[in-house]
Amino acid sequence: MNEKKMRKSRMQTVVFLLIIIIVTYLSAAITEFNFLDGLATIPKALGWMAGNLLITAETLERLPAIMEKLLETIFMSIAATTIAAILSIFLGLMGSKTTKVNNIFSIFARLIASISRNIPVVAWSLILLISFGQNSVTGFLALFVGTLGFLTRAFIESIDEASQDAVEALQATGATYFQIVNKAVIPQSLPQMLSWILFMIETNIRSATLVGILTGTGIGYTFDLYYKSLNYNAVALVTITIVIAVLIIDSISNRIRRVIL
Amino acid sequence: MEAGRTNDLPYIKRTKDGRINIKSGNKIDLVVKWTLIILSILTVMAFFFFNYIGLQWDRAIPETAHNLRVMFLEPALNHFSWGEAFYQVGITVGLGVLATVIGAVIALFLALMAAENLSRPWISKSIRAVVAVIRAVPTVLWVLIFAIAAGLGSEAAVLGMLFHSTAYLVKAFSEAFEEVDAGILEALRATGANWWHVVTHGVLPSTFTYILSWVFLRFEINFGVAVAMGAAAGAGGIGFELFMASGFYFDLREVGFITYAILIIAVVLEIISTQLKNRYFPASTNN
Repeated sequence: MNEKKMRKSRMQTVVFLLIIIIVTYLSAAITEFNFLDGLATIPKALGWMAGNLLITAETLERLPAIMEKLLETIFMSIAATTIAAILSIFLGLMGSKTTKVNNIFSIFARLIASISRNIPVVAWSLILLISFGQNSVTGFLALFVGTLGFLTRAFIESIDEASQDAVEALQATGATYFQIVNKAVIPQSLPQMLSWILFMIETNIRSATLVGILTGTGIGYTFDLYYKSLNYNAVALVTITIVIAVLIIDSISNRIRRVIL
Repeated sequence: MEAGRTNDLPYIKRTKDGRINIKSGNKIDLVVKWTLIILSILTVMAFFFFNYIGLQWDRAIPETAHNLRVMFLEPALNHFSWGEAFYQVGITVGLGVLATVIGAVIALFLALMAAENLSRPWISKSIRAVVAVIRAVPTVLWVLIFAIAAGLGSEAAVLGMLFHSTAYLVKAFSEAFEEVDAGILEALRATGANWWHVVTHGVLPSTFTYILSWVFLRFEINFGVAVAMGAAAGAGGIGFELFMASGFYFDLREVGFITYAILIIAVVLEIISTQLKNRYFPASTNN
């Protein structure tokens, strides 16, 4: 790297930082966010949390009801992820460069993935709530649609990454399309796909809380009820059960990932 | 077992009677198979746990199809103007920017302390544990909890989103820092460079493109989160309008319009992030 190049890259860094500072300043202006107020809030909020988010013996009596809702939420996210994964494998095979049947299907698969991924899960849950009503199926479908888009994109990438050699070798033996997919593509990309599925289950448990608040299902609804009735001890209990559930699922999937990848 | 091994190739696995084992990668296959089986069983079980109160499939499906058609084919604005719509989208993007930029700055310092090759083991372990717990709390809960202490408004939303963004970026950054070639760090330390010199001249230049890419990815996520916070936590912006349009006015045409607005921004962000990845990642392997 000579001196001129170094000076140029330093200039680029300065310009880049300036742009970021300007964008941040504009964002603060439009949202009326005050940095000093924000800073002052943090100790206040932490102090409030330490003082009010305590679990008392009285709230522990609510634990069975909370656990039931938590279980419903966990099941909801697992079911939404698995079923979306099954559909995503087909969309992924259609969308990938190596295994696409023809360009029309490939574009179709990518379009479905892009639309369902980029419309936020909030919009899906509000749309579905109107006609499906306040029950688990609404939450399940909202999670399902978002997961479908994300997993299809991830699966297309994992299928594209799988080595071409095995596919080529099978093509040379005269294997049919399904034989190639079955014996070369799927076995190679399955561990990677499974890793994405596990990641999505973790993400969905967190999103399920949000979807629950909006659609009135699962643990999110329980949280919302306690939150609105100002029962902060129960709010703390709900939050802690969610944290423990997420940490347990996180550690299980990390262990599986360590073996398969 | 030893007797069966005639030409001593250590990488050929053999069974007890000396035959070559033709089932490769047993443990991996086994784990993959069992994970899939357990997931399928849990999925089937899930449908027995759901509550189906008030659900009418025969009514819900055609109604959803009709609603989607109205939304996507006849979008319109009824309760606010185009200018207002741009302003609300701007607020949502602004919330995303603030949470991402402040989060990235804090995460950069925490990640330097959390990376095992730049820090002491006990500091790095404790930061990681705290970060894992923060990440496990859903963002909406952080925002709602902050809203009690700070009052509803952009401060609560940004601070709540900040917690999760920071925790996410600390994990990503510290993993990138740990992949920095140990030789570079050793060479710098051998010249007598202190910790700060090692960071500014060795670690940051070689991971800068990764950091940028992660930050942008997080911004993409934070835009979605900001929409969600508007709807679920009353943080304002386009998400709140979406919530009002669908929950209070039942105005599907307006829901359609807002959905299109969100979709366009999200697609633009995704295209930029793909471009950044294509532009910076091949370059980072060259130098």
